[in-house]
Amino acid sequence: MSIDLGTEAPFFELPGVDGFDHSLDEYGDAKLLVLVQSCNHCPYVLAWEDRLIAIAQDYAHEGVRVVGINSNDVANYPEDSFEEMKKRATKRDFSFDYLFDEDQSLAHALGAEYTPEVFLFDEERKLRYHGAIDDSRDETTVTNSYLRDAIDALLAGDEPPVTETEAIGCTVKWKS
Amino acid sequence: MIELFYWEGCPSHPEAKALLEQVLAELGRDDRIVMTEVKSDEEAERLRFPGSPTIRVDGNDVDREGAKSRPALTCRIYYLPDGRVSPVPSRGQLEAALR
Repeated sequence: MSIDLGTEAPFFELPGVDGFDHSLDEYGDAKLLVLVQSCNHCPYVLAWEDRLIAIAQDYAHEGVRVVGINSNDVANYPEDSFEEMKKRATKRDFSFDYLFDEDQSLAHALGAEYTPEVFLFDEERKLRYHGAIDDSRDETTVTNSYLRDAIDALLAGDEPPVTETEAIGCTVKWKS
Repeated sequence: MIELFYWEGCPSHPEAKALLEQVLAELGRDDRIVMTEVKSDEEAERLRFPGSPTIRVDGNDVDREGAKSRPALTCRIYYLPDGRVSPVPSRGQLEAALR
């Protein structure tokens, strides 16, 4: 079960595909922090990938940081290994940090269940929106852009119009 | 014979089944879809199940390229005609397999 709205972002320090470790503190200057439970192998992640890249780009200049987190068990899902993460990020020219949560501690701390699953934290690092990026994996049929709307609202000093939605996607692949 | 193999850990099989039923109806066919749940890595291996959903018509996978992926309990990746990724086959793939 995922963390409740209003909960503080859990601390993490994880290796990124850029060769550096990244911690929660490193993003301290960001107005908003978007943690996205993600991976390489899931078709739902791939279907939403362009939109996530666009969101990271569109809001970077407004102090919003997007961070992808892969926590999947690589023994059973080798497509999600750190090496494969690096290849994926290079191939798709990711506009966001992509971190490897090998011991799954961050996924557990967030209570993440699916990929993709979004956790949007405000400037005080309190959870303000949790769930799906938008309401359709098919970008041509999106009617509600939940994450964008929540970001816009928080940047404007308002409440997100929708604070929780159901994330649709693959399950996080836990180690047995 | 039309078979739909699925794994409960992936949410795409109801959508795939609905699309398959739609295409069958449009083609004027009333074939029964045989649903098979794949529950373990061993079953995935034995059934040559490359991910959920996997649809076979008379034993032939509707996406022969994708069928070559290693057997696994995972969500299967399909590619739409415009190159986008989808968790279910395209209507065109199903139509081609059923004709």
